[in-house]
Amino acid sequence: MSKNVLKIENATMQFGGVVAVDNLNLEINEGEIVALIGPNGAGKTTAFNVVTGVYQPTNGAVWFNGEKIIENHPQGKMKKLYKGQHDGEYTGVIAPTPDKVTKLGMARTFQNIRLWKSQTVFDNVLIAKHCRATSNVFSATFRLNRKEEKEQREHVAELLNTVGLYDVKDELATSLPYGKQRRLEIARALAAEPSLLLLDEPAAGMNPQETDELTAFIGQIRDEFKLTIFLIEHHMNLVMDISDRIYVLDFGKLIAEGTPAEIQNNKRVIDAYLGVADDA
Amino acid sequence: MTMTKKKTIFTAAVLAVLLAACVVVDMLLPSYHIAVVVIKKATVYSLVAVSMNLLNGFTGLFSLGQAGFMLLGAYAYAVLTIPVDKRPGVYQYFDGGALKFSLPEIFTGFMGDTVGSTVGMLLALLVGGVLAALMAYLIGLPVLRLKSDYLAIATLGFAEILRAFFQWNALGPITNGSNLLKSYPTFSHATPYVILAGLMIAIIVLLINSTYGRAFKAIRDDEVAAEAMGINLAKHKRMAFIISSFFAGIGGGMMAMYMGTIAAAPFKSTLTYEILLIVVIGGIGSITGSVIASFLYIFSSEWLLRGLDSGTFLGINAPGIFKNGFRMAVFSVIIMVIVLFFRKGIMGDKELPDLLDKKARKRKKEAAGK
Repeated sequence: MSKNVLKIENATMQFGGVVAVDNLNLEINEGEIVALIGPNGAGKTTAFNVVTGVYQPTNGAVWFNGEKIIENHPQGKMKKLYKGQHDGEYTGVIAPTPDKVTKLGMARTFQNIRLWKSQTVFDNVLIAKHCRATSNVFSATFRLNRKEEKEQREHVAELLNTVGLYDVKDELATSLPYGKQRRLEIARALAAEPSLLLLDEPAAGMNPQETDELTAFIGQIRDEFKLTIFLIEHHMNLVMDISDRIYVLDFGKLIAEGTPAEIQNNKRVIDAYLGVADDA
Repeated sequence: MTMTKKKTIFTAAVLAVLLAACVVVDMLLPSYHIAVVVIKKATVYSLVAVSMNLLNGFTGLFSLGQAGFMLLGAYAYAVLTIPVDKRPGVYQYFDGGALKFSLPEIFTGFMGDTVGSTVGMLLALLVGGVLAALMAYLIGLPVLRLKSDYLAIATLGFAEILRAFFQWNALGPITNGSNLLKSYPTFSHATPYVILAGLMIAIIVLLINSTYGRAFKAIRDDEVAAEAMGINLAKHKRMAFIISSFFAGIGGGMMAMYMGTIAAAPFKSTLTYEILLIVVIGGIGSITGSVIASFLYIFSSEWLLRGLDSGTFLGINAPGIFKNGFRMAVFSVIIMVIVLFFRKGIMGDKELPDLLDKKARKRKKEAAGK
């Protein structure tokens, strides 16, 4: 049995009266590629935001490498409004900011590309190394950290070679073609030295050929960097090709989980995607 | 020769020529000559503009508190350096003031006249910077939670409050209330200003090119992505705010030196706007731009356009039109033209070494072609 990397436990995210994620339970083991799918508005990105600390869940907890990193329970006005389950089961509050979650070893990409626009490809990746830097502002300003800086630059060059972006390292990030920008975002996330990589629709807006390349790329980096990957995706080819397991969300609720073959034949999943006929 | 080496040599050469020019000006012209005055004032403005650029241009925090931090630096410098025997005269309404020492005099005691007083003056500048940094830390606690315009309004308000506070009579024994502080030592030549501000700006440039500077730029470009990549927003914004204020404080101290006498009145929000104007004209995110713009701004407002106020301009004698205030009217028009035709400022986000870069120029052309 391999090690459990991420565990989402009874996570509920409620905005006002809207329950965006309803009692989500999910586990990811070391080395797995797990996909989270679902129709638009199902709450997939919200789930990502809960895991990465962008949102504080209304109720529930998140465990990372056997350590509880996020926990919350309904408080204040939410006490009356709360519509989810497991009310009163959680008492602690652990609310790290996204940067702390990243430092623990979880890096993500975004649904709409969020590269640093005025920076070159090289600098985009180099900046992601900042969170691993041990120098303080004085030693960095007065160049007492030369060794570390050199190591960082070497590591970034190596990383860009691996992902095939080294030849464009001095271009502005935004001048790259779309597919490469996606790849750069993944490279940037890798620079933060994560053990778990979260990809939010990495193939969004890609043509079939680019999607195929990306599928191979994700498999490649998983093996090369010994990663566990958690991804949201709409391209079913990609999902079915590379996922070890799939979770399906609909209206914030988990409606199915299993291997790609199981999900393809699951009636509830088909209904969620295609709709249920009224005349039954 | 590689491009990086070429750039380094080019930058060093330009800076050396400028410094030499300044030394020559100092040797040939008396210290009251307008050229010396322009260099002094422009250097001080450069430092403050660069410190503001660090915050507004590189970290993306739109703050308008610069005048407040300059005020702190200026007062710290003046209060700490007024000679003891002159204090009764300066603090005539406040019993000679509360402080009975002067930093330069303490150091002349055991370091000799010139060295001692210089060390004392530099130390007073440093104290001003540290005070401004401390104040920035305190102000930053509540204020840095705000974004864009709200941050600007809050910092602007803080600067105004600070100015009013310093004019308060109860603080008179230290700040001399709303009366002038004067008789403190100053550098009469331009070169010390240039060297001092140059060093400070060099430190800022080093910071901007370090890993922390890169993190600041990441916050400016995309806060959400920066945070997701492990950059602690609160910590880094606070850091940028404190460092920027530190240098604004030192700039304020040098401003006091340049002016010879100070009171709280000149540190109004107008001063911040002047600096902001320089930053915008020079190019938001360009240190070189800020420095060039400071010199252009001060040169034209203090020297070139002076004639517009006093009757004769470029040989045209028209006391009827060229009287007090006309200079500012012309100046406003010039600024409007600059803002209209150089929308990204004189330098955009380029720096001095980038002028050698053909590729950047080409890229700019391509972008313009699109």
